Amino acid sequence: MDDILKIIKDTSLTYEQKVLALAKAAENSIKPLKIDEETQKYREAGVICDLNEGSAPYRPRYIVPDYEVFLKNGSKFLGLEPPRNIWEAVNSLLILYKHVPSITSFPVYLGNIDTILDRFIEDEEEAYQAIKLFLLHIDRTITDSFCHANIGPEDTKAGRLILKASRELNTSIPNLTLKYSKNTPDDLVLDSINTALITAKPSFANHEMFAGELGEDYAIASCYNGLPIGGGNFTLVRLNMGKLAPMAKDTEDFINNLLPDAVEKMAGYMDERIKFLMEESGYFESSFLVKEGLISADRFTSMFGMVGLADAVNHLLGAKELRDRFGHSKEANDLGVRIIEKLEEEVNKHHNPYCKFSDGKFLLHAQVGIDTDKNISPGCRIPIGEEPEIWDHLKHCALFHKYFPTGIGDIFRFDSTVKRNPQYVLDIMKGAMNLGVRYISFYTSDSDVVRITGYLVKRSDMEKLERGEQVLNGAAVLGLGAVKNQHVLDRKERKDD
Amino acid sequence: MIRGLVNKIIPFSSVDGPGNRTAIFLQGCNFNCIYCHNPETINICINCGICIEVCPSQCLHMENGIVRWDKGKCVGCDSCLKACKSCSSPKISHMTVEDVLKAIQNVRPFITGITISGGECMLQKEFVTELCEEAKKIGLTAFIDSNGSIPFYGDDRLITAIDMVMLDVKSFDKEEHKMLTGQDNEVVLKNMEYLAYISKLYEIRTVVVPDVLNNERNVDMASKRLAELDPSIKYKLIKYRPIGVRTDMIKSSMPTDDMMTKLKDIAVKNGCKDVVVI
Repeated sequence: MDDILKIIKDTSLTYEQKVLALAKAAENSIKPLKIDEETQKYREAGVICDLNEGSAPYRPRYIVPDYEVFLKNGSKFLGLEPPRNIWEAVNSLLILYKHVPSITSFPVYLGNIDTILDRFIEDEEEAYQAIKLFLLHIDRTITDSFCHANIGPEDTKAGRLILKASRELNTSIPNLTLKYSKNTPDDLVLDSINTALITAKPSFANHEMFAGELGEDYAIASCYNGLPIGGGNFTLVRLNMGKLAPMAKDTEDFINNLLPDAVEKMAGYMDERIKFLMEESGYFESSFLVKEGLISADRFTSMFGMVGLADAVNHLLGAKELRDRFGHSKEANDLGVRIIEKLEEEVNKHHNPYCKFSDGKFLLHAQVGIDTDKNISPGCRIPIGEEPEIWDHLKHCALFHKYFPTGIGDIFRFDSTVKRNPQYVLDIMKGAMNLGVRYISFYTSDSDVVRITGYLVKRSDMEKLERGEQVLNGAAVLGLGAVKNQHVLDRKERKDD
Repeated sequence: MIRGLVNKIIPFSSVDGPGNRTAIFLQGCNFNCIYCHNPETINICINCGICIEVCPSQCLHMENGIVRWDKGKCVGCDSCLKACKSCSSPKISHMTVEDVLKAIQNVRPFITGITISGGECMLQKEFVTELCEEAKKIGLTAFIDSNGSIPFYGDDRLITAIDMVMLDVKSFDKEEHKMLTGQDNEVVLKNMEYLAYISKLYEIRTVVVPDVLNNERNVDMASKRLAELDPSIKYKLIKYRPIGVRTDMIKSSMPTDDMMTKLKDIAVKNGCKDVVVI
């Protein structure tokens, strides 16, 4: 009960943040899941980690509503008629967002907001006013950085207005992705790059890759997670390879014995979480999102997360010198690929009856880490401070991105002089996508909005928080943790030299 | 096989033409600009060996009267360049076109072209021509960054091989140009006319140097002519920066933003549509 009192008395939390923390504490006070002893050992060792999802799952981790259905039909439950103009459209969406839960209780997906709004644009100036207010409202009420909107891959008037408003507002919320396809006009991509060099968004998703694996109706939600529209993800648990590797006798023991065992235990734990959600919580029987066709259980999958590949590889090889380490030596990179291929093979052996979207399979996800991680590198990333030159770095990314349909991504910080030559970033981005990079983000050294690991936080918010002041964005505290523990502000600055 | 004298290769450059380009800097220049900020690119090494003594990482040694450089050991401190009395560098590579292409291979997916710069790259015109021809075969664009002293006109093979030229117009006045660089500007201005006429002039650049050049006149004259030739050609006005310059040769300071704005206004007023200050 001390914890509860601590939450109540915490002056750095806003009222809303307290309520959410109290809800989490209440959930965690019951333990209805059956967890076997060996799995529990892995959990206690930090090898298996459910990312603080809570001990009694009562809503899917990520919900990805089909906003087209909503705009076409309105909502009986919310008492909304289908919108007829841009003002009604943004108003309806803002109402609906307050009723789309996720693991953070805020929506992690806001829609392909350019295509869903474009049809309502009659007068461009009026539409711009509506869109700017819409985005401002989102930033100030969906106070969580994992809220993500998509634009593209086609060029639309709405998309351009969204980019313009994003540059002007310079907010950390919502996160934004441009779905980039080979048919996306350069001019739209350049507009997006110019925006990203000011306000660290949008990021760029390889549309051909995602659509090839998940179908055209996919969304990028939360950090960079590819998920089916009209469904989502039940749970995300992660396997910490950096903590598993030291338990192995050697590389072969890791790959042939420990990894398969940890995968099996983690998959079992995920099954248990999904089972409770589907059979006990009643979410899918009661939510109006299901009843009104915005989501359906058969469009859900589950994300099998992993972190710390670099740490595992470096440990197994005993690599101390930079030239021998992950991201630098061929031997280390090859071992990395071998581990991920084995991971994929083992995960694919598992069948979960509820993950109908992915034919009973869990889909791999390169998890970006949590604020308290120390000396654990996100997903398959090369650790900060050890980054090679950008061309070698991007080629390294391409080795791993193909294995992770539910998300993997890399982040590059540029010297602010590149603002003079956005075509430079375009060339780099296109080269990366052609090589098979799935998802890529850029920002400049002078940006107030910075990409932490996948989500965005304002430097100025983290500074306030450090002074003990309240900030609206609940994710700022996670950003500050990542800045301290993972040195995310020290990413290599890319410039001509 | 023809070899080029290469000072250095920058794999990713955001400042040497449009998009992301590999910039290849050739050694040797026929100008001796008093504001040169990389004087180590001017002359060819005379193998005097002074640099060997000052190198803290022992990456230089004399071999049969020639200074050799071990790139792997080099820490990039540039002590050798500071010690050199000949405005040269011991870190020059004699590269074939194939060598350069091999060096580019690793970054090929991410670049849109190459820019050959210097020194003055046109002093090695044959190498430049061949390199541009080969670059184009692998789908890259080929840009030349030149001081304009060597004629582009009359060399059809070169002109076919290159896409665009970025040309220095350091001074519009013959005598001032001579004072600044050691040579007059007759060929420079002819090149400007010719390259604009054949639509291969990407930009012209003028460095603004307070107290040394008649900046206003230069910008006025150059922009007037450029606007007549093609107002959409970029005119880049570059602030003089006292970094890396030989301070015994020049007494100047960085121009103020106000001064640059005034010069930009002159160029815009004269009809130039794309004037950039850097």
